Order: sequence, then structure tokens, then C-alpha cells
Amino acid sequence: MARRFREIVPDGVITDPAERETYACDGLTYHAAVPALVVLPRTAEQVAAVVRECVAEGVPYVARGSGTGLSGGALPRTDGVLIVTARMRRIIEIDVANQRAVVEPGVTNLAVTKAAAPFGYYYAPDPSSQQVCSIGGNVAENSGGAHCLKYGFTVNHVTGCEIVTPDGEIVQIGGKTAESPGYDLLGAFVGSEGTLGITTKITVKLTRAPQAVKTLLAGFGSTDEAGTAVSEIIGAGIVPAAVEMMDALAIEAAEAAVACGYPEGAGAVLIVELDGAHAAVEHEFAEVERVCRASGAFEIRIAADDHQRGLIWKGRKSAFAAVGRISPAYIVQDGVVPRTALSGVLHRIGELARDSGIRVANVFHAGDGNLHPLVLFDDGVEGEGARAEEVSGAILDLCIEHGGSITGEHGVGVDKSKHMPRMFTEEDLDTMQLVRCAFDARSLCNPGKVFPTPRLCGEAPGVRRGAHPLVESGQAEQF
Amino acid sequence: MNTVGSADNRALVDALTKTGVEIRDGGDADAVAGVRPAYVALPVTAEETAAVMRAADEHDLAVVARGAGTKLDWGIAPYRADVVLDLSRMREVLEHAAGDLVVRVEAGCPLDDLRAVLAEKDQRLALDAPVPGATVGGTLATATSGPLRLAYGTARDLLIGVTMVRADGVLASSGGRVVKNVAGYDLGKLLTGSLGTLGVIVSATFRLHPVPSRRAYVRAPVSGPDRAHAATQAVLGAQAVPSAVEYERGARGGGAAVTVLLEGGADVPARAADVAALLGGGAETRDEPPAGFGAYPVGPDGTLIKLIAPVADLPYVLTALDAAAEATGLDPAVRGSSGVGVLYAGLPGDAAPDDVGAFLAALRGALASRDGSAVVLRAGPEVRDVVGMWGPVAGLGLMRRIKARFDPDHRLAPGRFAGGI
Repeated sequence: MARRFREIVPDGVITDPAERETYACDGLTYHAAVPALVVLPRTAEQVAAVVRECVAEGVPYVARGSGTGLSGGALPRTDGVLIVTARMRRIIEIDVANQRAVVEPGVTNLAVTKAAAPFGYYYAPDPSSQQVCSIGGNVAENSGGAHCLKYGFTVNHVTGCEIVTPDGEIVQIGGKTAESPGYDLLGAFVGSEGTLGITTKITVKLTRAPQAVKTLLAGFGSTDEAGTAVSEIIGAGIVPAAVEMMDALAIEAAEAAVACGYPEGAGAVLIVELDGAHAAVEHEFAEVERVCRASGAFEIRIAADDHQRGLIWKGRKSAFAAVGRISPAYIVQDGVVPRTALSGVLHRIGELARDSGIRVANVFHAGDGNLHPLVLFDDGVEGEGARAEEVSGAILDLCIEHGGSITGEHGVGVDKSKHMPRMFTEEDLDTMQLVRCAFDARSLCNPGKVFPTPRLCGEAPGVRRGAHPLVESGQAEQF
Repeated sequence: MNTVGSADNRALVDALTKTGVEIRDGGDADAVAGVRPAYVALPVTAEETAAVMRAADEHDLAVVARGAGTKLDWGIAPYRADVVLDLSRMREVLEHAAGDLVVRVEAGCPLDDLRAVLAEKDQRLALDAPVPGATVGGTLATATSGPLRLAYGTARDLLIGVTMVRADGVLASSGGRVVKNVAGYDLGKLLTGSLGTLGVIVSATFRLHPVPSRRAYVRAPVSGPDRAHAATQAVLGAQAVPSAVEYERGARGGGAAVTVLLEGGADVPARAADVAALLGGGAETRDEPPAGFGAYPVGPDGTLIKLIAPVADLPYVLTALDAAAEATGLDPAVRGSSGVGVLYAGLPGDAAPDDVGAFLAALRGALASRDGSAVVLRAGPEVRDVVGMWGPVAGLGLMRRIKARFDPDHRLAPGRFAGGI
């Protein structure tokens, strides 16, 4: 196969074992598998030809962007081909009048915003890995970010995708228009974690950069107080651009790593950001400040400029990496609970930590109940890793118990496929599988992800009782 | 009026009756785009709905789901409709979690009822109902939307969870009751706009938004396509954060205007003043919507065409409309979201079908070069018989394969959708 792939992509086939090893995992490093072959195509036609070759040989394949995913969605197969889109990184067009950008899948998230910035626009979804993560990966994972509370996820900002289907066909779904006739294929494709095909060109919405952005940092005695403030803000009819919370342990880690200088002695800090028209932001910001004080904030800082806003965000954005300063190893969990259940769930997480002796730092998108508990452990201590895994799993149980989700933005991938049956019934999963089989009847496109057990699609069902008689007899075509 | 594929025999009646669901004979008033069903089933629960579908599966019956029936003649007439599955008795608001800004509601619930429940907590589903009386399920199945889509998206963007009955009578759900959730495929998006051809929606969960305390509608006349375009682009490029940017024009090109909706609190007057300045002379600001705001440009008996094109192609689309009108002698009224690139053109129901066909062909020819489309949402039987309702549809092969997996026997509203689906 390597030989045939070289005919398709002459300078983009990696067979060397040491080089292949660098692709063994994505951001979720404890799942690793060295791919049998790595291909780095430059065009959609090359991707399609590679896919067709895999189909002809019955070889599974996995697509990978920047490899920053946190659920093992881009985990290769040792018996398969890894198709890396990193060389497809042209920004094809910034179309201001249509508020769209057209980009190749390897373009980084932040690069889109940078290209649009001179025109007063930006790309709204902002996963914390936005400096390196690719738009193709964002499409696969339906990535979110701190600001999706107000602006929505990738699926709300992608209007078109050129995709290579699991049959190796190039199909354009959507484009610069707000919608397209027919079934919402784009809605099914975005967030399918690379299991329904590979996107080779993406059209995204550009959002007008807001006239005003105002950011506040509030220190509270406890997460309860901070949680009350969040509820009150939402209850007041305000939709902030972002509402982020960190607990004491997460603050401690951030201080150790980046000396962010958050209010001393805080049991929790809240970052609230408002954006929009100047008049609206001013009006609502006063209310947010009032609510924070009424809920017990003992210190409130308001960013006076971009530099100060950067300082406020610095601690939050560094939090995942920062826990490395206070713990030899950690698991980043991603679960969601209804916002109103936050306080109760945080208490339960505290109990879990106490009972197990495993520390848990909490960093989360409080506005939409998306928790990122960081489960800390020492991998040098016998059995601690396993106990941390247990705590991490128990946190997901809490999310499900409270009517939440096992993943808010990291995806299911290989990491959480085993948890899917706890959130969905067998019938739910079977029904999702119908979509899978419609796109990929051979199950060669990123197999083993999302769904707990491999399922066969069986025969593509024929049209047993047929289409409209007129259509069938060739007398008419219905559109 | 014809009944296609009717299957009124004893065994069948027994099977339907055995589900315990109230069944009655179908009448002319139950016809789906002219196809009269033999029976109407009136389930009160999701389980009952599933039981009807299982009976239909066993006895080879074609089923069309109905909410309030306000858009039952949308799409192509199904080639079979043995049973109308009437969901109007499933109208409960199951859970309004105000603190979470989420609501779970049965499919048969009228949007007006839902609005009233949500308003008690100063919340709303930010989705317009262009056809009065529509239900949640019907709104999803037809993917209707209105002016607010500029700021809030359409049904597919607000829907966070769905429960459906499959063609084989199996109940299945996707999504959940939290806004942020990427677990599993999003079946809700596939069902939205599927005209009931992939499954029967029995309940849905939506994200909600606060009801703004103030609104302002800034309306300015625009003299022609270029002025409409300039006004739209000026507002989109400014910092006023509009909730809607709408265009309208009456028959004979009369009364063309752009209306901008601003929502918020005490800040609204200042933002409205900014917009009024952008729109220039003749701009008027009111607290109440102008007449017909968000409504379709034609009544329920007319031909309703949805025109989709990139936002910046607005003058091109309006000019193409004029050219098509001139060539055919038809006189479309036009209204829609110029800020989004979705307009609706309405033609009177008594327009000659061949003229409507020529009008559409001209429009489609013009739009094709701009990646645009002109879909006939609704037309009377005479027009439906001679025009292609959908026009070219990209990805039809994938759509057919999805249909084949979800409904291999073509039991759900067969033939109603694009490509004979």
C-alpha cells in the first residue's frame, strides 16, 4: 500500500517506525497505537484516492488534524492508515461581505481569527487549544470553548464542508449560505468524531468583533457563593460571553504555575465576561457586579484594558497544565451537569475526593455546567492511578445521575465509549448506528470510536416496497 | 381527493385497535396534500405512538405524522398515507427547568402554549412561528424559522435533545437536557426539516433565552435592490448587535423596506438610534413590529418559495426576482431575513401553474451560479403537479442512504421529501 500511496502523495507517506511512533496518540496520551502507515495529503483528491485505496484493501483509516483531541478520537489503528491533514492549511478566502471564511482542515482555529481580525471579525468557537488545534479537528469534535455559552459550538458556526465520504467520493454539503435544501447532513457530520468521513474544506461563519468587552474577576469564600452568583446572573436575564469558575485547589495550581495573583484566600474565583454593543455591556455589567457583591464576593477586579483582561484569563487558561505543578500526574475529566445542580455535584465531588484520598481540582465553564475536574494522583504510588480512574469515573456517574452528559466538549472517542450505554439506551445507540451505516457501511472510517461495541452494518437495506411507482417506472423524477 | 394504498380490512382495524390508541376513520379534512388516510390515530403517549408505528410496520401501512396540521400540504404529496398519526393530544410541557434555561416539551404542544408557560419565568424559545397555530413537532419537522434566526439560529440550533419513534416502532433519543453536550450523534438535526420522513418526533428539549425587557423596530424604506443591500450590509457591519434584519416588499415592488429588530434592556434606545442613523432618512423607530413582520408573504393557499443565497448576493437575488417576474407576468410579494440570506417569495394561489414553473426555472437558473436555491415549500395541487418542488439538492445520495437505513420500507410520509424520499 505504501507504494500506491506514494503514487498518490509522492512526498507524503511515512513508513519509518520511529517517525510513525510520533503519531501514536493525540492529546489523550494514555491511549497509544502506532499506525501501520501515515499519509499527509495536500488536496481533497489525494484524500479521496487514499480513502478509496483503503476501501479497496479493506483497511481501516483514521483522520488526524493537530492531534490535540482529549478523547482519543484520532487514536490510530496498528493495522490501519493515519491520514494527517496538517499540510492542508491554506486559508482560501476571507469573505467579509458574506461573513464567511473558507479554509482547509489543517488551518488552526486561531489562524482564522487572526486572518479575519483586520476586517473587524473573528471566529467565535474558542477551545483552549485554539493556538494549535485545527478547524478540521474542531469540525470532527464539535469543539466548544469558554465563549460557547453565548455563541454556541462549532456546529453553529460551520455552514459548509467539502467531505470525502467513506466511499472515497468528494461531496460538498452546504456552503456560504445559511442553510441548504434537504436533510441537515452538516448537522449530522459536525461532531461525528471523524466516523462519517473526512472534511477537506470548511466554510465557517465570521462573527463581528464586539464593540465592547468587559471582564470581571471576583473572589468568593466558597464555590457555593460563586455558584449562587452564577445562578443570579443567569436569572437576571443576562447571557454573558463567558462565566468560568475555579476552586481553591485549581487556584493554588495556577498561582504556582503562572502567578496569576488571584484574590488571596479565595475558596473560588469567578471570571465573568460580557461583550456586545457598548450600551448593553455597560448596563449589564453593573448588574453582574451588584450580584457578585450580594452573593458574597470579597474582592472584585475589573479589567481596565486588554492587558488586564489577559491577566485575569491567564490563570484560567493555564489551569490544566498548571496542575502539573502540584501533582505528578492527573486526569482531565469533562462532564456536564444542569447549571442548577452545580453546587450539589461539587459537594459530592468533594466527598469523593475525601473518601478516596485523591485530590480533585475543579475548573469549569460554570455558565453551562461544563465541569473539568482535574483528578490528581502520583503515578509513582502503587494503585493510585487506578483509584484516580475510579474517582474520575464516579464523577461521570454524578453527571449522568443529574441529567447531564459524559462529555461537553472533549468528545467520546475511545476514552468514553464504554460510558455511552450509561447515558443512552441500546435503542438510542442502534439508531445512531443507522447514521453511521448510511455513511460508512464498511465500518472502516475511524472504527472503534464513539460506540461501545463494534457493530456491523449488515446489508445496506434495499428498497423493499419501492419508491413512488412513477419514479420506479422512470416516468417521473421527484424533487 | 383520492385514497392511495388504503388497507381497510378487519385484521388491520383489529391491529390498530389492539394498540389501545384511539383510532378513527380518516376524512377529507385529514387529507395530506390531497391524499386521504384510511385512519387517524390519536396517541396520548410516546409509547402509544410507538405502538401505532409497530402496527403500521406489521401491516405495511404508510404513516404521516401531524401536529396542528398547519403545514400538512408542504412538500410533495406523499404517494401513500394510510394512517395520520395525530400528535395533538401530546401537548404537555414536560419540564421547564427555568434555572437551567431548558424546556422539555411534547411534540403536539402548540408553540403559543409553550410561549405562555415560558413567559411566566420571563423566558422564551427564541424561534419564530411564521404560521400561526403550529406545534413544536411540526415546527421541527418543517424547520420553519423567522426573523430571530439572525441572532439565535434556527430550530436545529436551539434543539438540544429529541425523542423519536422510528419507522419500526422503536423509541430512541439523542442529545439530552444540557446545552453543552457532544455525546453521540445528533439525531435532532437530521430530523429537523425532514418532513416526517425519518421518524416521528414525540418530544423535544430546547435551550431557552431570557425575554428582553425592551425591543425596538427600526424600519426604513429602500428604493431598490442596491439600497436594500447597502442597508443590510451597513447594519451587519456595525456594532448594534441586531436580533433581526428583515426585508420586505409588496406586490409590484411596492413599499420595499428594511426593518431591524433590537432587543435588550435600557440600552435599546441608544442602539436603535445608531441603527436609525445608519439607515438614513426616513427611518422610523417603534416599540411594536410593523405589520406582517415575520409572516410569510402569501396566505395559506398561495405558492410559497424559499430563496437561499449568500448574504452579499441580495441585490442579485432581488434583481433575479424582478427579471423572473417580468418574464412571466407574475407579481411576487417578498419578505425575509436579508441579514441571513433567506427570503420568501409568495405567488397567489390562482397563478397559472406553467407561469409558476417558468418563474421558478428562471430563478433557479439565476441562483445556481451563486450556490443559491429556490425551494417551493408549499403549493396547491395544480402547481405541485407541474413544478419541481426542490430543485437541485446536493448530497442527495447520502440522504437516500440515510432514508434507506431509517425507513427501509418507505413507511414514513413516502415521497414527501426531496428526490422522492
